[in-house]
Formats: sequence, structure tokens, C-alpha cells
Amino acid sequence: MIIYVLKRLASIGIILVIMSILIFGITQALPGSVAHIIAGQFAPDEVVQAIAEKLGLNDPLPVQYWRWASGILTGDLGDSLIMERPIAPMLSEALGRSAILAVASFFFIAVVGIGLGVIAAIRHNKPVDHAVSTFTYLGISVPEFFWGLVLILIFSRYLRWFPTGGYTPLDEGFGPWLWHLVLPTATLTFAFIAHISRLTRSSMLETLRSQYVKNARAKGMPERVVIVRHALRNALLPTITVLAIDVGVLIGGIVVIENVFSYPGLGRLLIFAIERHDLPLVQAAILIVAAIYCISNLMADLLYAYLNPRIRSSESGR
Amino acid sequence: MSEIGTAPTLQRAALPRNLVWGSTIVVLVLLLAFIGPLLAPYPYDFIQAQHRLEAPSFQFPFGTDEFGRDVLSRTIFGARLSLFIGFGATAVCLLTGVPLGLIAGYRRGTAGEIIMRAMDVLMSFPPVLLGLLILAVTSPSLWTLTLAVGVVYIPPIARVTRSVTLEIVQEEFILAARARGERANYILFFEILPNAWPPVIVEGSLRVTFAILLGAALSFLGLGAQPPSSDWGLMISEARPYVDQAPWIVLAPGMVLCATVIGINLLGDGLRELLDPRMIKRAA
Repeated sequence: MIIYVLKRLASIGIILVIMSILIFGITQALPGSVAHIIAGQFAPDEVVQAIAEKLGLNDPLPVQYWRWASGILTGDLGDSLIMERPIAPMLSEALGRSAILAVASFFFIAVVGIGLGVIAAIRHNKPVDHAVSTFTYLGISVPEFFWGLVLILIFSRYLRWFPTGGYTPLDEGFGPWLWHLVLPTATLTFAFIAHISRLTRSSMLETLRSQYVKNARAKGMPERVVIVRHALRNALLPTITVLAIDVGVLIGGIVVIENVFSYPGLGRLLIFAIERHDLPLVQAAILIVAAIYCISNLMADLLYAYLNPRIRSSESGR
Repeated sequence: MSEIGTAPTLQRAALPRNLVWGSTIVVLVLLLAFIGPLLAPYPYDFIQAQHRLEAPSFQFPFGTDEFGRDVLSRTIFGARLSLFIGFGATAVCLLTGVPLGLIAGYRRGTAGEIIMRAMDVLMSFPPVLLGLLILAVTSPSLWTLTLAVGVVYIPPIARVTRSVTLEIVQEEFILAARARGERANYILFFEILPNAWPPVIVEGSLRVTFAILLGAALSFLGLGAQPPSSDWGLMISEARPYVDQAPWIVLAPGMVLCATVIGINLLGDGLRELLDPRMIKRAA
């Protein structure tokens, strides 16, 4: 098991390096050179050249990459071109706000999603199953931005219960802070719960039909023990993989939802950066989010290995 | 897998209900996409400045937008754009992802490792982020959007295919095929694939709708089809400032988008029930 963990850690490191090269390479193709953006649209060529020279933009790409990457390792993400401020503090502030949204939504998605899936599988083809199916169909079929706009329309324009968007820092009061989080979190949860509950349901149904569950029942085990200890444990294996994938979908959802609710997190910052061609900010934001996602994937893999004895033994024995 | 041995009896008397409903909706949307433009009362970019932000009426059943364009006509024209993104992107990811997943599950050595690490790198980007990364460097259009969305969904398809393959490889009939000396290609596509594809179909049907939704979301962020196109995501995005005075500009394309996605989901689930041999046996 320890060897397996070390191997996974090493591979995550390699992936991060490849990713950073990819991000750096792709963003080089962004339309509009950095020097042009700084100098302004109508600047003469000499000015543009001088700026490019000063920023080292005429150096070969590997040299530029090395400068960028070694900066990141020391915590220096460079300066934003548009806002002319260091990126690191700006990013960490936005990241903190997005993290609140992410953790709250992920918690609701995992707990309620698995719960609904198991209930639907146990009550297969009963009214409860159909109710859950209908609910999850709605969730999976409503795009998160549309659902967000509908919630804004109902709960802030007509009922005036919640603000239409924005963010209030925690030190200005717990109530206002919480109130600004309700609609975005509800939107994210509803939009992403369906995938998990559908998957849990179908894999649970399959497991419940398997031979060893029949054996457990034949032995006279109480149904609750059969479901929780025998069936659920195996049925959750694919769910865990998909939950990890869904962290990525959720991050994407957060990018979109932050733009719907004008929530000043990482997603809004990123779209702002792409619109303004703020190259260093785009690179840094995407790399940070991707790194976070990598680590959550690693944790899911470890959990998967821990729960599945077959993989645990075969991987560590190699 | 004791059912595998029994002869496949064709007891498919009643079609699953969600298959019927799903295909009905999908056929309607397809009709909308193909002959809808003939039925639409106005061209999608026809501006009538004297009719700005009008409420639904007999003349404009879904009202008009901020330029006085007929929302019904625009919504109808949007159908083909959404379907193009959904099915185009799914074709891209299935044609690439399924073979990759089969190979990775069957050859667990270096080849499998390389494929899955490549998938890991792609998957290390959350979907919208990978889409944003690709679309930020290309000039936004319907084609680049579809391709970007397709690339985004290769890894999940490959992963699901691989995990099913890993299970099937341990079955006795694969062992038997190997003992018979069958070639790897035969085992992959004629022994494993037919047994692996119920979960792949479920995943694929999810991908069509995910692709439509991701495409709409990226259009909503301004990185897909450009104005004056009547892409549903773009329509909703453009209508945001007017959601107070004219909610119908948001609601019309949004509702049709939801209906389309529900239809395709139902169709996918219905197909799964029809194709899963264990389910057929239970129904018998």
C-alpha cells in the first residue's frame, strides 16, 4: 500500500509538470501579443519591441518557460498585465471564496446524491424510485446557468428573499455572508446531484442482483446489513471514481455560476483574464485549479484502492 | 455471468416507456432542427426596432428580444446548433475514447499505462477549464466549440470503458478466447466490447447531453457561436440584462434546451433497458 501511495505521488508530480508545459505552450498561442496589450493598440513598433525586450518575451520559449516555472516554485506567479498587481495574493483571495462554494456544494452533492441513489435502488420500480428519477432528470437536464437565472428570477426578483448576486465578507456579519451563498450553492447542488445518484442507483441495482448478495440473504442476514455492509461497499466503487471526475465538473460549474451570480471568485477572475488576454493571470489561474483537481483525483484513487482489496493487493505486489 | 451461456431469446414485446417518450421528443427536436426554419415566422436575425422587448402575443408567441427579434424564430433556429454540438462532440469522444479504453483495460502493461497517463493529463483539467483553455486560443465559433467539447469528453469515456474491460477480462469466456488463440483485436472488439457496452451506452448518452450543456455553458460565457447567432446558450447570456423586464427571452430557449436534454436522456436510458441482456431476462 505504501509503495502504491508513493507511486501515485510521483505520477502526480510528473502530471503537474506536463500540465504546466501544456498550459504554457497553449497560452503562447493566445491572440494578441503581451507586449501589444501593454503598449496599447496604437503604440509604435519600437515601443512594442522595447517592452518585449524588457519582459524577456524575445527569449527562446524554453527559457521563458523555465523562468515562469521556477517562479511558481518560489510562490511568485508574476504580475497581472491588466491590474498591474502581483497575481499570488489576488488568486488566493479569489480561491478562498470559490473554495467556500465548492466545499458546501460537494458535501451536499455526495451525501444527498448517494443517499437518493441507494433509496431508489432498494425501492426499485416503486413510487420513491420514480420520484427520485424524475427529480434527477430535472437536475441533469437543466443547465446550471439557466437554473441559476430561474432561481434569481423567483427568489430574488419576485420573492426578494435572497440577493441577486455578489458577495459579503464574513467580517461584515454571518447572516449576509450566508445569504449570498444560498442561491449559488443550491444551483450547483441541484445541477450536479443527478450524475451521482443515477450512477449509485444503477451500480447498486447490479450489485443487489449479484450472487454474493443472494448468498448473504440466503444466510439469513438482516436486509440492512446486506445493503450497507455487502452491497453498498462494492456499489460505491464506481461512484468514487465518478465523484472525483465530478469535482472537475463542479469546478467548471463554479466558473459558470460565479459569472451568473457575479460572485468574485476564481471563475470570474479567469473569465475576466481570458476576455482581456491577461496571459500571466490565465496561466496561473488554470494551473492552480488543475493542481487542486489533481490532488482530489489522487485522494479518490487512494480511497478506491483502500476499499477494493483486489486492486490493493495486486498493485502493491508488483 | 451465468446468463451469458443461455441462448438469447428475443422477448422484447413491450418497448420501455422512456424509450418511447425519449424518441418522441428527440424526433420532435430533430424535426425542429431540419424543417423548423421553414416554419419559423421570421429569420433569426430579423430586427424590428419598433417591437423591442414585447411580451408574448399572437404576433410573437414567445415575445421579442432587445432588438425586436422574434424569440420563437430564434429558438427554432437554435435547435440545429445545439444538436450539432451535442452529437458532433459525442461522436468525437466515442470514436476516440472507446478504443483507447478497451486497449488500456486489456493491456495493463506499458501501453495501458501510457494511455491512462495521457488521459490523466487531459482529465487533470476540469472540463470547462480545458474547454476554456482550447477556446481561448482559437477564435470562437461553432466548429471549434464542438471539437473542444469532444476532446474534453474523451477521458471519461476511455475510463469507463477501461474499468468495465478490467472486470470482463477476468471472466472465463475471455480466458477461453485466449486459450483458443484468438487475436487481441478480435477479443477486444468482438468479445469484450459487446459485453462492455451497456455502461458505455449510459455514459455516451450522458455525454450527448453533457456536451449540449457544456456547449451551451461555453456559449453562455461568450466562447462559442457569436452574435447574431441564435445559439440557445448565447441567447440566454444576451438576455440576462433584461431578465427583469422580459423573462421570456431567457425562459423560451432555456425550456427548449431542457426539453431536448430530457428527451436524449430518456432515449439513452430506454436504450440501456433494451440492450442490457440481464434486464431482458428479468422481464421475461
